[in-house]
Amino acid sequence: MARVVLIGNLAQLTGGVAELEVPAASVKQLFERLAELHPALAPHLEDGLAVAIDGQIYQDSLLEPIGERSEVYLLPKIAGGVGP
Amino acid sequence: MAETNGHSQANGQHVVGTRTVRPDGMDKVTGRARFGADFNLPGQLIGRVLRSPHPHARIVSIDTSKAEALPGVKAVITRDDFGDQPSEFIPAGEMMMNYKDVVRNVMAREKALYEGHAVAAVAATSTAIARRALKLIEVKYEVLPHVIDVVEAMQPGAPLLHDDLFTAGVEPKPEKPSNIAKRVEIKQGDVEAGFKTADIIIEREFKTAPVHQGYIEPHAALASFSEDGSAELWTTTQGHYIVRAHCARLLGLDMGKVRVTATEIGGGFGGKTVVYLEPLAIALSKKAKRPVKMVMSREEVFKSSGPTSGATVRVKMGATKSGKFVAAFAELKYQAGAFQGSPVQPGVMCAYAPYDIENVHVIGYDVVSNRPKVAAYRAPGAPISEYAVESVVDEIAKKLDIDPIDLRMQNAAHEGTKAAYGPKFGPIGLEETLNAIKKTEHWNAPLRKWQGRGVASGFWFNIGGETCVSLTVNEDGTVSLMAGTPDIGGLRASLAAVAADELGVPYDKVRPIIGDTGSLGFNFLTGGSRSAFSGSMAIVEAAKLIKADLCARACKLWEAKPDQVEFSEGHVRPLGALAEKVKPMSVADFAKVAGKTGGPIGGLGRINAQGAGPSFGTHLVDLEVDPETGRTTILRYTVAQDAGRALHPAYVEGQYQGGAVQGIGWALNEEYVYGADGKLQNAGFLDYRMPVASDVPMIDAILVEVANPKHPYGVRGVGETPIVPPLGAIANAMEAATGIRFTELPMSPPKVLKALKEKEKAAKA
Repeated sequence: MARVVLIGNLAQLTGGVAELEVPAASVKQLFERLAELHPALAPHLEDGLAVAIDGQIYQDSLLEPIGERSEVYLLPKIAGGVGP
Repeated sequence: MAETNGHSQANGQHVVGTRTVRPDGMDKVTGRARFGADFNLPGQLIGRVLRSPHPHARIVSIDTSKAEALPGVKAVITRDDFGDQPSEFIPAGEMMMNYKDVVRNVMAREKALYEGHAVAAVAATSTAIARRALKLIEVKYEVLPHVIDVVEAMQPGAPLLHDDLFTAGVEPKPEKPSNIAKRVEIKQGDVEAGFKTADIIIEREFKTAPVHQGYIEPHAALASFSEDGSAELWTTTQGHYIVRAHCARLLGLDMGKVRVTATEIGGGFGGKTVVYLEPLAIALSKKAKRPVKMVMSREEVFKSSGPTSGATVRVKMGATKSGKFVAAFAELKYQAGAFQGSPVQPGVMCAYAPYDIENVHVIGYDVVSNRPKVAAYRAPGAPISEYAVESVVDEIAKKLDIDPIDLRMQNAAHEGTKAAYGPKFGPIGLEETLNAIKKTEHWNAPLRKWQGRGVASGFWFNIGGETCVSLTVNEDGTVSLMAGTPDIGGLRASLAAVAADELGVPYDKVRPIIGDTGSLGFNFLTGGSRSAFSGSMAIVEAAKLIKADLCARACKLWEAKPDQVEFSEGHVRPLGALAEKVKPMSVADFAKVAGKTGGPIGGLGRINAQGAGPSFGTHLVDLEVDPETGRTTILRYTVAQDAGRALHPAYVEGQYQGGAVQGIGWALNEEYVYGADGKLQNAGFLDYRMPVASDVPMIDAILVEVANPKHPYGVRGVGETPIVPPLGAIANAMEAATGIRFTELPMSPPKVLKALKEKEKAAKA
């Protein structure tokens, strides 16, 4: 199972849980499992967050594979600009 | 040439990495290049904007009747011409936008929230009539107390900008609204325990002034709305697909009916990633039934378009006697302007990114105040926080009597380091930039009295994102290249070089252009240091399709099997026994028979680029302070930065030099000066002092190349990192020259002179 670490304020949405193990073979599966476990996190997953898998940051990449022993960080999305 | 993931060399020619002629260079030096304000249409009207004279006021009423009655006025628009939007963050392109704020920023609704906030707009047959019409619009304001400074805006009794803004990121949720939109933080290790192991702890508070991106070309837009419900728009922007998304949303149009063309752009630096005039021009054109052209004045650019935050930053760092950083804390307070969304989040994440520190805690506050809504500015948020950290790092080096480069080297992030913001770094080049600076003759050159030398490092993440390009082989074998991200700093030259190498076509036979939103699939904007990184990956994909197609055609022509041909060095080559029967065919050879072998030859590269490698840089500066006037002169400046692989070295050097010069301005002179009335006092280049060519020496640029393993050529984004280190490097050099640690930017002559006099007075006492 992948080890998932929530960065920054995200733990406020999980009742203080900042690290957990999640069975997921892709980012899409990871988001689905996390939404089941912590519904308050759900609205932020697909559009507001970046995912670092074993050190490499991915954004808007639902199909990215996650390894059995991957270390995954959820962190704020890095944008080229901030609106409005 | 660096070994970079197998590409370029495989095709036998080496355009990538050379200083080719710029495809857009001739038109730019002759004046033929068309920027935003150069576009015109038959029958066009001139649009002008009425702006609030107050920094904070309730809009009681707007009467446009007299303006509408003026001969020559064809349309007037106000808040009533834009439907309200719900308060929710939704994806726009690849950004999250709250359109309730966007619609209010382009046209004030209930309140004017900053001096210069758009209140109404007119379209008329001439500029003179448009100006007269603005004077005839009667707006009744109820003037409200205002607040500019970030710390004052955070106080409990501060004038409140939004009565529905409750601080996010704090528990329990506040019951009262405030100007603090958001609290963010990152934390790892145990900072308090870390400080207990420190032999030296330094804590300082820093303040940076709000500054503008300072692009030379003002915002400009030309819109033509058709009776069939479609709109065409020409605008100076960093992302015309984003402009399309915003305009479609704000005006209730189908995206497919909005065609946006990005003109040549005279600088953006993040400030042209949002919309100001564009939705107004379309709305005016729709109402007037004629094309409408709008161009901001320089005063409007300063008062109404995206500056970056002013900020207050508190930094506390602990180190052992040997120089090991053991704990680091920072608290960042960033102005967002009139609506939430300062770059405090990346500021928080970048603050300690250059260093390997076990215990880190950084808190940030996003704070609204009565200033224009901030827009992105080159490495948004990073220069401010890293300036404060680099100043304290310098102080630690001095206190411990350790060479400042050695201290940074001892603590530098490297491959495998767990970044302060979470994940581990892959291959990165910070140590290489420190080594490169230390090896320069500059590092050991002698200095005189009142001269000082400073060094600082910097970091920016870099991003990828959605990108679509096309390559088309023309009938004569030349290649048309179309990209969908505006070319701000060398995109066309860089992509043409990659296309030339991939297809084995001479560089001067590849013609790159920027297509409009109807020509290619979605492209995220030019920002985040992504366009050359992502675009070159997409070119490789497009070229792969062409090469596969040519091999398939060759198989049919030669009656061969797929394993009997290969593409190399610009040719499909027969292999084995087949090589004795047929001759290799070049791309141009296939172009001649394209019609007879299947039709036009082309490829579309469509990707969501991932794997952007971070870029680190280290800057070295010498300066001299005039004790009589407080004026600072930059004597010498050297930049070393990791480019991964420089596709076009001259353009990469230009990015390094440009970032350094913008940083010099930020450090020494640039600032928004507000009066007690909340109005901007220096809305022009005479009083808002940006560096000009005569203010700066030639910036020496050192290209460090630690290949990014996730890119086919090893490329990293390079555009943003160069503005991060200058603020700290110059502050450190000022300390070396004067013995004074300046903790407020800009270090302008009056401030420097005052500090020198205070120091002299203290010495005498």
